[in-house]
Amino acid sequence: MAINQSTSSNENHILRTVDVRKSFVDPVEVEILKSINICVNKGEFVSIMGKSGCGKSTLLYILSTMDTNYKGQLYLGDRLLTGLSGNELAVVRNEFIGFVFQFHYLLPEFTVLQNVMMPGLKLAKKSAEEVEFDAMNKLKLLGVDDQASKKATQISGGQKQRVAIARALINEPKIIMGDEPTGNLDSRNAGVVFDIFKELSSELGTSLLVVTHDGDFAKRTDRIIEMADGRVIS
Amino acid sequence: MSNRVLFQIAKTHLLTRKKQSAIASLGVTFGIGTFIILVSFMTGLNGLLDGLILNRTPHVRIYNEVKPSPVQPIEKSERYKGQVHMIHSIKPKQELSSVRNSLPMMSVLKKNPLIKGVTPQVSARIFYQSGSVLLNGNAIGIDVLEEDRLFNFKQYIVGAKPADLANNENGIILGIGVAKKLSLNIGDRVQMLSSTGSTFRLKIVGFFQSGLADLDKLQSYVNVKMAQRIAGQGNNFVTDISVKLYDIEKAKYMSDQIANTYGVNAIDIKTANAQFETGTSIRNIITYAVSITLLIVAGFGIYNILNMVIYEKMNDIAILKATGFSGSDVKKIFIYQAMFIGIVGGLMGLILGGVMSYAISKAPFETEAIPTVKTFPVNFNALFYLIGSVFALITTFFAGYLPAKKASKIDPVDIIRGQ
Repeated sequence: MAINQSTSSNENHILRTVDVRKSFVDPVEVEILKSINICVNKGEFVSIMGKSGCGKSTLLYILSTMDTNYKGQLYLGDRLLTGLSGNELAVVRNEFIGFVFQFHYLLPEFTVLQNVMMPGLKLAKKSAEEVEFDAMNKLKLLGVDDQASKKATQISGGQKQRVAIARALINEPKIIMGDEPTGNLDSRNAGVVFDIFKELSSELGTSLLVVTHDGDFAKRTDRIIEMADGRVIS
Repeated sequence: MSNRVLFQIAKTHLLTRKKQSAIASLGVTFGIGTFIILVSFMTGLNGLLDGLILNRTPHVRIYNEVKPSPVQPIEKSERYKGQVHMIHSIKPKQELSSVRNSLPMMSVLKKNPLIKGVTPQVSARIFYQSGSVLLNGNAIGIDVLEEDRLFNFKQYIVGAKPADLANNENGIILGIGVAKKLSLNIGDRVQMLSSTGSTFRLKIVGFFQSGLADLDKLQSYVNVKMAQRIAGQGNNFVTDISVKLYDIEKAKYMSDQIANTYGVNAIDIKTANAQFETGTSIRNIITYAVSITLLIVAGFGIYNILNMVIYEKMNDIAILKATGFSGSDVKKIFIYQAMFIGIVGGLMGLILGGVMSYAISKAPFETEAIPTVKTFPVNFNALFYLIGSVFALITTFFAGYLPAKKASKIDPVDIIRGQ
């Protein structure tokens, strides 16, 4: 498990940060991230571990492009994402980044199928029929295709998390990020989700970056980035 | 098209909260509906009231005022030139109350392209006679058909058509107050004594009802020739000339021109009825102020509901943003919702307004003042419906825009971390 402190560009890199720093100024200035240099390779399954408050979630939100208030540079492949406008970043997220949260965050008024289709319809690279076909395939892949026509509120927690993963996959992103995706699941469901992630990285070549508290979960990933006090320590 | 997804989301949001959406639309419906009803009814009423005065009043009235000579004989004397003249108890000039050169003047005025019509009036003092009782009165000779064409004289007549008087040389349209006092009916004859002492017996063809009781007790209408005979004058005896123009705005100009050209007294309608213009514009201002207030209240309703929705939907907005919907996409979703509420509510409002105005226009409204009006006056004007629709769209757009803008600014990180 090599510590990747390299800041140079490499064709194999999907996501790379160069000297990312972030401080909160309220009530007093506290530097929460101190010169973070990490990278994630193509098809790699990486987990980020650390104690509460070490800045791992903060880092993840910067990596996901949702938080733009930081110093340093963020690259997706060769493309510099730092400094892009909110609308441009939304397009990047839509097309290249899939996101899975601790809480499943499905839209409650919509059916499971509609939830999965939504980012695909937003991307609008395929017709609605094609997106629907893809969405059914993703649901099948995750074993929840029989729930497709149910409302998002009518399925169990484990099923919701699998639907959320299907949604993250719909545009075939380069990287999937998870913020404690198994934190709210029992061990059986957590195992199922882990297996799905593993399969995605080995078979589809999707990179994965997961923040977790769960040591067992982290141990089984390709690489662990350990953080403490706003620094990468190993 | 990604806009279709946004539209779909907006639609789903609205449909899953049918009750709230319906209440928000109802706010707009009542706003627009009331606007339509108020404006139609108020302008209808305005039209009626203006019509009462403005349509019946000549745009320019030409008459001969009894007054002292502006130049007294002493001022013409060479001997007292340049001196101060002090004359006590000046008397008005003795002259006929008729307009001088009335017939040639009328034929010239009739050719003027600005003038729609010119009609003479002959006013004669009379006494209505019943046995030994004599009642003071006034007989006015008119060209009844022209009077009706230009000044809606028909509205004053009860129980007859204007042509009935025109067809009967000895006919009279008797003031309804006089008729009541003398117990006379249509078809009866009324006896009148002229100021020269002659007696006339005229056949009642109809009643005159202006709504002003005092006037109805005095005034009756006869043909011009009959009035001239009652006054004991020839056919060039005309006391008033009423002029109607195509454009009421030219009244002042025309009256000045007539007064200067012919050396007569002429007064225009604006000078004579200045208070009516003010009344009309104030009523219009009140109507629009009330309507706009109603629409703004409806707008606040929408604003409130959307604000609540956005508060409820924080998580959804965060997830939409996380999965690649931009701030402007989120803004569009909520503006679509507001506009949908506005369009549906507005359309229902137009229908409500139309139906209610129609109902009002059929409601009975009887008044002494205008015997020919039986129902409430309502002005059905497509322009009001257009204004109503535009108002509905503008207010709902702004009511939706502010909360939508707030939604577009929501930071997904704050929401997701906050859990």
